[in-house]
Amino acid sequence: MSGTFLGMPSLPVFGIGNLHEHEPFPKAARRELGNTQLRANLGHATRTIRDKRLAVVSELPDWEELRDAGRAIKESVMARLPELLEQFEANFTARGGTIHWARDAGEANAIVADLIREQGADEVVKVKSMATQEIGLNEYLEEQGIAAFETDLAELIVQLDHDKPSHILVPAIHKNRSQVRDIFLREMEGVDPELTNEPARLAAAARAHLRRKFLSAKVAVSGANFALADSGTLAVVESEGNGRMCLTLPETLITVMGVEKLLPAWEDLEVFMQLLPRSSTGERMNPYTSLWTGVTPDDGPQNVHLVLLDNGRSAALADEMGRSALHCIRCSACMNVCPVYERTGGHAYGSTYPGPIGAILSPLLTGITAEENNSLPYASSLCGACYDACPVKINIPDILVHLRGEDVDSKRGKKKLPSQMDLGMKAASWALSSGKHLGLVEKALPLGRLAAGPDKKITKLPGIAAGWTQSRDIPAPPAQSFRQWWDKEHQAPAAPADATGPEAPGAGAPGTIETSNGSTGPKENP
Amino acid sequence: MRIALFATCIVDAMYPGTARATVAILERLGHEVIFPSGQACCGQMHVNSGYFKEALPVVANHVKAFEAEEYDVAVAPSGSCVASVKHQHPMVARRCGDSGLEARAAGVGDKTYELSQLLVDVLGVTDAAAQLGSYFPHRITYHPSCHGMRLLRLGDRQLDLLRSVAGIELAELPEAEQCCGFGGTFSMKNADVSSAMLEDKTANICGTGASLCTGGDASCLMHIGGGLSRQGSGVTTMHFAEILASTLEHPAAVTGDVRLTTGRTAR
Repeated sequence: MSGTFLGMPSLPVFGIGNLHEHEPFPKAARRELGNTQLRANLGHATRTIRDKRLAVVSELPDWEELRDAGRAIKESVMARLPELLEQFEANFTARGGTIHWARDAGEANAIVADLIREQGADEVVKVKSMATQEIGLNEYLEEQGIAAFETDLAELIVQLDHDKPSHILVPAIHKNRSQVRDIFLREMEGVDPELTNEPARLAAAARAHLRRKFLSAKVAVSGANFALADSGTLAVVESEGNGRMCLTLPETLITVMGVEKLLPAWEDLEVFMQLLPRSSTGERMNPYTSLWTGVTPDDGPQNVHLVLLDNGRSAALADEMGRSALHCIRCSACMNVCPVYERTGGHAYGSTYPGPIGAILSPLLTGITAEENNSLPYASSLCGACYDACPVKINIPDILVHLRGEDVDSKRGKKKLPSQMDLGMKAASWALSSGKHLGLVEKALPLGRLAAGPDKKITKLPGIAAGWTQSRDIPAPPAQSFRQWWDKEHQAPAAPADATGPEAPGAGAPGTIETSNGSTGPKENP
Repeated sequence: MRIALFATCIVDAMYPGTARATVAILERLGHEVIFPSGQACCGQMHVNSGYFKEALPVVANHVKAFEAEEYDVAVAPSGSCVASVKHQHPMVARRCGDSGLEARAAGVGDKTYELSQLLVDVLGVTDAAAQLGSYFPHRITYHPSCHGMRLLRLGDRQLDLLRSVAGIELAELPEAEQCCGFGGTFSMKNADVSSAMLEDKTANICGTGASLCTGGDASCLMHIGGGLSRQGSGVTTMHFAEILASTLEHPAAVTGDVRLTTGRTAR
């Protein structure tokens, strides 16, 4: 920060922390695709979650109306965010909590570390939280000499293995039971050397390990799924109960939450507590929902803090097309149905937020020109499965296309030389913006037939098109385009195309009809 | 009815048989087909690659070409191109600040139908064998293309039409709703991921024992067919319009491993 602070932040501060690709997505994806174990684990896991979600979603008659309601509530929150944040702050503070405003990851990390030090603590237990992953809190605390222990089973597995989560709901989705057993045997103190890979045995080992931490920790750090403006209440939704332990046992509770997690009122939970568990774990209801409102004397944490995090959210909110990405409730339904994510896994996306939502949220938070994040919006075939699955109806494909446009425009006039893609698109724009132009281009089709040779296939293309022919052929073009056929057909007195004349489509001696494969030319009139 | 055919650039240049089959079907039903000669392309390749500025003249040309003619409805044998005309064209015009074009594009989009939509919803085709004389004695499988399925909500329209073709045998495609990995320039920019998706798609197709895979999008079929060809599978692809246009007297030719069915009507 420089200059005098006049009470207004300078224009959008972009997000920093674990939000960046460090190499272009295609390169990262290629590496991950080579990991056959990862692909098998992911394929199996995402299919299981997909089917569970479909089952519990299809049993609700008003699912589509719930989605519309969820989207409408989130839209209203984004439209009234400053006002709702102030209302929340007033209520949270009145109930004995303390609010801290953090413009970016750096500010948030420093606030949390100071609060822990104030308690004279050098270790904290953590509830699974995307926001603290995003700001790199664990790494920062480690630098400060504070140990942060993840208590969510999957986060614990990932942490013990010195790895990174690859899925926002199932951080260890890329590991199977035997790999988990090996990690526990290697990294856990006092673990039974006879440990098997049975889930119950693994969970018991983790439980014994965690229980020691729960009972000794003075400070807990959490994220939040929801914050209710009308009461100043925070909510954490979880499956295992480790969160409940962290939220109730330690004296001090510090929550880090992105500003977009607000809901206007208690009754809005009715919508989201139906949308979230069903979309996320495929459950009708999750096992543990913890809500707390400031401090309750002699019950639970007596020293309660909330760090409200911007870290690029204002910048995302300023993007009219992209702002609905902030509606995300982190359910992970989009990644479970994404054919790209299913094959590459989360690590290929670089950021804390992988999959389709990550492909839009990361570049929105960091700005499209940050590091390699401009490659993320292209990490999609635009199949649209994510949009169908999203419980708050974020139109991810449209935002992906919008961000591609931002990327292309951000590079205009800045390159020394236009890329092959730039030149190709320019040429195609000319060819495809007039029937006459396209007709001219089609006159060159016979050249393509020459290139294809006798087996009527083109098997090698140069430049950017080489990616196509690495696994696919292109059929030889037809001898005559449709336009040429039509013109010829309609110069003469019009004969109905379905007449049994030899020039009729689908007519003629069997074997001489031109099929989709463009294999044979149309027959000449005898 | 007077029906304007939007052939789409890929069908026009690479798969003219699909457009000719579309003309044949519509004329067989007694409708007049016209071909607005100014047409070229819907521009979705440009839009989906982020080249909005380059997309604008392509979009403007499409709108102009289809405003220049008198017709009741326009039709294209492609779900993704129709989705582009209906959803993307107004958005491109808006993004480029041309509100006049935006309104005109919406007008053209409102009158544009995907082929199965037009046949089922407007022209009342429920039985291809009875109403079109469709006959196709082959074991086939069907891939529902993403944009037709998710952007146009075509549901089972294409499949139901295929089911009503005489002599056809339909093998169900496992994981049919998974994308084939084409995605336009995605197949080049992210060639490795695209190929991994294609591998799974072609494995599922080959596993059905069908001699060809059909669908409603020439570009997806080009992608799938290109993979099947490279793998030397002997399985080919064909647009559903060509199957509907095929008759007992003039059957559509199938290249590759042809496995004739018994010729009984599959119902």
